Amino acid sequence: MQWFMTFRIALRALARNKLRAFLTMLGIIIGVGAVIAMVAIGEGAKATIRAQIASLGTNVLVILPGSANQGGVRFGSGAVRTLVDADAKAIARELPAVAFTSPLVRRQEQVIAGNLNWATLVQGVAPEVQQIRDWDLADGRFLHEGDVDSAAKVAVIGETVARQLFGNDTPTDEVIRIRNIPFRIVGVLSRKGQSSQGADQDDTVMIPYTTMQKRLMRITWVQTILVKAVSAERVEEAEEQITILLRQRHRIGPERDDDFNVRNLSDIAEAASTTARVMGILLGSVASISLLVGGIGIMNIMLVSVTERTREIGIRMAVGARSRDIMLQFLVEAVVMAATGGLIGILLGIGSSELLKKWAQWPTLIDPGIVAIAFFFSGAVGVFFGFYPAQKAANLDPIDALRYE
Amino acid sequence: MSELIRVLDLYKTYRMGDVEVPALRGINLTIARGEFVAVMGASGSGKSTFMNILGCLDRPSSGRYFLENAEVGSLSADQWAYIRNKRIGFVFQGFNLLARTTALENVELPMMYNGFSSRERHARALEVLGLVGLGERRDHTPNRLSGGQQQRVAIARALVNRPSLILADEPTGNLDSTTSNEIMTLFERLNTDQGITIILVTHEHDIAEHARRQIAFKDGVVVSDSSKRAWAGAVR
Repeated sequence: MQWFMTFRIALRALARNKLRAFLTMLGIIIGVGAVIAMVAIGEGAKATIRAQIASLGTNVLVILPGSANQGGVRFGSGAVRTLVDADAKAIARELPAVAFTSPLVRRQEQVIAGNLNWATLVQGVAPEVQQIRDWDLADGRFLHEGDVDSAAKVAVIGETVARQLFGNDTPTDEVIRIRNIPFRIVGVLSRKGQSSQGADQDDTVMIPYTTMQKRLMRITWVQTILVKAVSAERVEEAEEQITILLRQRHRIGPERDDDFNVRNLSDIAEAASTTARVMGILLGSVASISLLVGGIGIMNIMLVSVTERTREIGIRMAVGARSRDIMLQFLVEAVVMAATGGLIGILLGIGSSELLKKWAQWPTLIDPGIVAIAFFFSGAVGVFFGFYPAQKAANLDPIDALRYE
Repeated sequence: MSELIRVLDLYKTYRMGDVEVPALRGINLTIARGEFVAVMGASGSGKSTFMNILGCLDRPSSGRYFLENAEVGSLSADQWAYIRNKRIGFVFQGFNLLARTTALENVELPMMYNGFSSRERHARALEVLGLVGLGERRDHTPNRLSGGQQQRVAIARALVNRPSLILADEPTGNLDSTTSNEIMTLFERLNTDQGITIILVTHEHDIAEHARRQIAFKDGVVVSDSSKRAWAGAVR
């Protein structure tokens, strides 16, 4: 018997019991819809975390001063003041795995512009910080090498600071005062959003680190050195090279502990995306269970249908249907139900994830691969759960089937 | 006339738990092409079992069954399905039409299992519906047809693949006597005009009178065969 004919027979059989067919499909519809929506939520969360991590800069290492141990008293991290800007320059110059470095000196300051003021994080940095943190400019220019060399009183401000101090006006070439020192604004950073810890990354002012050291804080050391490795594969290599180089530069003997810490941001990224992945798998597997339940529903109804239509099966066999024709007929019915349910479920899943995105502001993300898998899976559920009822139908004895009341 | 059916020493025994119930106990029969045979007998006489075996629906416990000079008793289930489809038409007491399916589609059903195009199926189904006098009821579903009309649809379905044999199991059992006569007249016409061999199971004598040969079963054996003498004479 031709495939087309089998399909027509199956469709007609389903059309005869529309409500039942729909209710049976509902299991698959809900199952597939739930899988699609849940995975979309999981993927969305993962993508958000990834974007947050990326906004910190990719392949970034952070060097912090280590702890000090003086006569048994152990000071916390950052207690020693051994990191200097020359370390940053040496790391960039001598290590092949390192692309950029920047010293970082920062402090919370009150920033004044005209009659407005705003407390924000003032960061002393080198121009390379722009590459390290992948940060674009909305207006003007970033800090120059010359600004650093001359400890110039220039600043680049974040989007939040621009809004708080200047509203809708253009801040470029305006003047802000920090501790009574006037700084000319040379540029405005583009919006970066929240960090993975929820801090507003745009609430910041960047000035040359030399200006920060000499004019605001009167120190010679740096609090942090930011390092960008040349690629994700070479982050660990960079970490090892930095440790060796800094131990040499700080003249640390073989038995003594490092006076600095090298932190790898990709570890944090890894942990965060693992969390998101676990959440995605959890949501997906809960949803898969409902798909399974939908499949059992199909099997249940197909078994009822085979019993109800025993006589029809007998008639078909008497007029020449082979076992496999009967088998195919019922299998196709199950698969048509499952696949139709799958298609509707996909639409439902996409629809509800779009609604979540629109109304609940959840960052959902539809993965076309998951959609394809869900459709394939619903078809497979039809085959798997339709097989037993179809086989039962095909194995009926025509004489008994014809006599069935 | 050429031989259509020959059964040799046909036995059929059913097992019911530990008890063996013999249904057929050595049947030897020959039926020629173009015959109209009534098989008679009380219930339990083995006539239904005999018909099931002739219809390739059931296997004999022993013995041989030749249809058109080929042994079919030992064929596979799929080969049997092919024979039922191509060479045998069934008519049942309870009509056995598919519910909520039009007369035309019911008649087309056997043609769905042998690869005809839908146009060929339509044309042939309309032709046989006309033959049984139901051409204008093609779009009616069984619940809108009378018993006699339903049985005519069933006969059209049996005819659609041009079988050489029609097996009718109590075809008038659910019909009143007027309608029964109409159906029997239709069978007679098909037998004489189309030359189709018809084997009919019945327990009513006046129905059996329509056939030209009557075979009576009792306790699994043939107890009388009206044409035995005539046929025996012809063979000699």
